[in-house]
Amino acid sequence: MSILVNKNTKVIVQGFTGGEGTFHAEQCMAYGTDIVGGVTPGKGGQTHLGKPVFNTVKEAVKATGATVSMVFVPPAFVADAVMEAAAAGIELAVVITEGAPVRDMQAAKACATKHGMMTIGPNCPGIITADECKIGIMPGSIFKKGNVGLISKSGTLTYEGANQVCNEGFGITTAVGIGGDPIIGLSYKQLLGMFEADPETHAIVMIGEIGGDLEIQAAAYIKDNVTKPVVAFIAGQSAPAGKRMGHAGAIISGSAGTAKEKMDALSAAGVKVVVSPAEIGKAVKEVLSK
Amino acid sequence: MNIHEYQAKQIFAKYGVPTPRGIIANTPDQAVANAKELGGNIWVVKAQIHAGGRGLGGGVKLAKTKEEVRELATEILGMTLVTHQTGPEGKLVQKVYIEEGADIVDELYLSVVLDRAAEMPIIMASTEGGMDIETVAHDTPEKIIKIAVDPAFGFQGYHGRELVFGLGITDKNEQKKMIDFAKKLYTLYMENDAEMIEINPLIKTGSGDFIALDGKMGFDDSALGRHPDIEDMRDISEEDPDEREASQYGLSYIALDGEIGCMVNGAGLAMGTMDTINYMGGTPANFLDVGGSANAETVAKGFEIILKNPKVKAIFVNIFGGIVRCDRIANGILEATKLVDVHVPVIVRLDGTNAAEAAVILQNANIANVITATDLADGAAKAVAAAKGEK
Repeated sequence: MSILVNKNTKVIVQGFTGGEGTFHAEQCMAYGTDIVGGVTPGKGGQTHLGKPVFNTVKEAVKATGATVSMVFVPPAFVADAVMEAAAAGIELAVVITEGAPVRDMQAAKACATKHGMMTIGPNCPGIITADECKIGIMPGSIFKKGNVGLISKSGTLTYEGANQVCNEGFGITTAVGIGGDPIIGLSYKQLLGMFEADPETHAIVMIGEIGGDLEIQAAAYIKDNVTKPVVAFIAGQSAPAGKRMGHAGAIISGSAGTAKEKMDALSAAGVKVVVSPAEIGKAVKEVLSK
Repeated sequence: MNIHEYQAKQIFAKYGVPTPRGIIANTPDQAVANAKELGGNIWVVKAQIHAGGRGLGGGVKLAKTKEEVRELATEILGMTLVTHQTGPEGKLVQKVYIEEGADIVDELYLSVVLDRAAEMPIIMASTEGGMDIETVAHDTPEKIIKIAVDPAFGFQGYHGRELVFGLGITDKNEQKKMIDFAKKLYTLYMENDAEMIEINPLIKTGSGDFIALDGKMGFDDSALGRHPDIEDMRDISEEDPDEREASQYGLSYIALDGEIGCMVNGAGLAMGTMDTINYMGGTPANFLDVGGSANAETVAKGFEIILKNPKVKAIFVNIFGGIVRCDRIANGILEATKLVDVHVPVIVRLDGTNAAEAAVILQNANIANVITATDLADGAAKAVAAAKGEK
């Protein structure tokens, strides 16, 4: 078991024939992901990486039965691509692109919700179910199969966390990079619920950062709904207020969105909170050895 | 990206949001000429910097004669204004805005910001204008009205009613004016991809008009590509020169107060590295995300910018290669040591894609200042020790 994606998931790529789309689609296929085709308007009918190219998502879904789309289109076209996927009946769009305008994502997410489509990202490394399916840009080799679920706003902290978990002798069920933008698709709350329901997942690592209040919402959710042990790290304890720390959403506004308030809320919800990402592996070992 | 008050008011005026009349000046002569052109017998001389609290810092003053306008403009232009938002180093004032005086009966607060939890813009309003809104929110949260507007449906009548009744505006004519004001503000927020608009204070005049006495605007950097007119308002003298230089090389850099320079891939890991250094008893000198396309040139640039800071006693390079290949970073470090005089210890932790190849490259090069580390904890510990002069 795992969450959201597995070896049977049929995936298309929006922005298939572009440089990024091509490189990462190839990597995903090498990992074992069932990429069944892609979409590049104007290139319909061609074959790329041995797979069919379609002009529209609707055609691609009809011909391939794909349920998930990996989105690599340029930032200005992200909203359009997400809405197209939603309207075509895609169940999950994984948006890797960084730099989509906030207003666009607001509209895209509202549209996706209306069509019942889930979104991961934007500005994220994607999702991976170890040894089965990689939809994104993460280095697949560090995700060994195991029983820890991972949710992170940051790409490289996802790798850091997964690597430590695996070095301690454990492994990953599914890891999801949810992205660091002000408006994102699936958040901790929904994913925590999925991991809680997944019998193969025995513990959950959640990696957050300054800005917004998704981690606080997660804390409230954990308190009432999650019985599995959760380990958390919040990046940016040493970040100054009012400065955007790389990610568009990583900013302490006034006195809100600090690492401390998030760490306190999570601790109060019974989460094992670590102060350095270097402690994630050890903390997972500790909670799983209990 | 943020803009100046006078620029925000230009945008307000374009949308019919009432503002006092005013003209920008770079010199005291211009300031006097502006006062003449505006007419009247009372003017406000306002320092233009990207920070709030200008009035308390002595950057906003009232003049009753044109001679006073000259004196105040002379005093304010060229001053280093320190407010609670500028930091102790303050900001140099290079422009003053000369504005006509206003007849103030009441001071209100109005802003439009993104509510990240609701995932839509909210209009925030308060009767406590002229005060720090964070203080109002903390001490008297009941005095802040929040009205979410779903962009799919736009600004509706009930949004306006919630606003005016919430503010206690009872006069029909005044209600109409306030609703019109807020609706226009919402429209210009959406059409310009603003991140926030804040008017504090928004005043009511003796004749029952509502006017934006102040104006603050910030924009979504990701959307500037479709707003060349707003991009043109960028004032680079308001930006940190090192941050700006770094961004031209695809690096995201923010200076901090400590002693250990950091070069990391990914914003989350970069923050996590700073946190780990702190946790181990050291202090980070900066945040630096080299991004996904790091190469020898960008790594060299990163070293150069970090080393500009004389406080830096060690550098911690912490890379977890995903898209970024570690061998490329290792070669970048070799290149950098040729291009830049790296006179402090450099602790290097490379993990992930091509880490083994990278280790061979660094081993063969055998650079005097470079210390390799096996993982994040090891690297941070070595960096903290190096900064303290321990080996």
